[in-house]
Amino acid sequence: MKQKEIELLELLEENARINIESIAKMIDVSVEETKKMIEKLENDNAILGYSTIINWSKVLESEEVTAMIDVKVTPARGVGFDKVAERIYRFPEVKAVYLMSGAYDLSVSVEGKTMMEISRFVSEKLSTLDTVISTTTHFVLKKYKHDGVIFDDGEDDKRIMVTP
Amino acid sequence: MTIQGTSYLSKTVESLKPSGIRRFFDLASKMDNVISLGVGEPDFVTPWNVIEASYHSLEQGYTAYTANSGLLELRKEISHFLNKHYSLDYNPENQLIVTVGASQAIDLALRAILNPGEEVIVVEPGFVSYAPAVTLAGGNPITVHADAEKEFKVQAEQLEKAITPNTKAIILCSPNNPTGTVLNNEELGKIAAVVEKHDLIVISDEIYAELTYDESFTSFASIVEMEERTILISGFSKAFAMTGWRLGYAAGPVSIIEAMTKIHQYTMMCAPTMAQHGALEALRNGESSVQKMKRSYQQRRNFVVKALKEMGLDCHMPGGAFYVFPSIKKTGLTSETFAEKLLHEEKVAVVPGNVFGSSGEGYIRCSYATSLKQLDESMKRINRFINNI
Repeated sequence: MKQKEIELLELLEENARINIESIAKMIDVSVEETKKMIEKLENDNAILGYSTIINWSKVLESEEVTAMIDVKVTPARGVGFDKVAERIYRFPEVKAVYLMSGAYDLSVSVEGKTMMEISRFVSEKLSTLDTVISTTTHFVLKKYKHDGVIFDDGEDDKRIMVTP
Repeated sequence: MTIQGTSYLSKTVESLKPSGIRRFFDLASKMDNVISLGVGEPDFVTPWNVIEASYHSLEQGYTAYTANSGLLELRKEISHFLNKHYSLDYNPENQLIVTVGASQAIDLALRAILNPGEEVIVVEPGFVSYAPAVTLAGGNPITVHADAEKEFKVQAEQLEKAITPNTKAIILCSPNNPTGTVLNNEELGKIAAVVEKHDLIVISDEIYAELTYDESFTSFASIVEMEERTILISGFSKAFAMTGWRLGYAAGPVSIIEAMTKIHQYTMMCAPTMAQHGALEALRNGESSVQKMKRSYQQRRNFVVKALKEMGLDCHMPGGAFYVFPSIKKTGLTSETFAEKLLHEEKVAVVPGNVFGSSGEGYIRCSYATSLKQLDESMKRINRFINNI
């Protein structure tokens, strides 16, 4: 069952909108069983949500601004980095927080309408936290690939119609 | 004097029938918005690390010929690969030759062993090139028909019946194109006994070996006593999604590989150098890509077989390759008519089974190496088509 679960999750990870009948056929279990597996994985929080990867530049005049911020912090006794990480990830404009090895501690990804908005977040919210020692903000200039998806208009099938 | 008509052509070439695939390709390519299940190649692009390695070799200036039998480094990797996966033992120095696709390896093998008039047993439904390749090499192809009742597994007794004093070799292909059928260890063992008894050679086309889904693959050469009688044919096209690179290989007894190399050196020199460098990377670091593609094919196979069965078509579960070979007999149409009408009415291209030999009549070959979205849509269209007949 474990193997089927992994296959199921990989299919959903690739396309969250794939229909259940297709999944069931592909992993060779019944539709009912597939539904149950999904429900269980949702209840276990193995599946946390279903989101859509959007190329906003196709829709909006001006795309949202994304920044990656390297944050150095002082870990707190007992809770290490977790407490300060939580303080940061609770902000809705924060899209991702990772604890990193190397020159800084937390990598924080922030989205905002404008550069000003992000600058304000850094100077007013982030830098002012007691445990934050320093921040370095990098603005994203162009998105080439995100979550494994390449941001172009897709590759066409270059094969000829019928071959032996 | 001008050269006109066919009077100047080789009688042998003239005797070859044009490929039915070619005719179907001409039909399909004139139409728009066709979903093609007619493609005999992966829908994946070659893994990026392979492409990148080939770029790098060009940047480094590796643009000259290689040794006739291919880069020794590559032959060593192939030898290692065959050993690791199929427990085979080939000396890269003189038991391996790198060719321009598996197709060239088949041609070389036949030309290396055949004298005029000698017979080669070819199993049908089978790959369209075998019989013409035998004819072009001066031999006589003798057809044995694998039985649909036996999931298109050719039986050792059938092969034995077709053997005459002129029989030189048998061409086997497992997993098979177009049926997807895989011959297991036991079935190959029975064939091996016949081969041994009648002192034959087997040309074993194992190009789809890595795409075997339900049980582990057995190479014919790994059957006891068979390594010395087998010319193993394989390549990079299918497992590594490298069809256009045209890179294959053959492994076999020293004397045969040397004879093949002799032909190769006079007619081809060597396989393309940049492709060989790509193949080197494929063997060294391609395993995870192959596994990923394999799993995706397997899921799509399950999907298509179930969908076909749901619409009431008989279809055995193929153990390998990326084809299903359902029966369309219950529609009352011939393979050709079915495929042609399906193309015109529902814009789905499949290959009529009879192009793979007369025993393919009543069947169609559908390749499931296409996106799930397209597969899903094509199954709906085929279902609608069947219900409207």
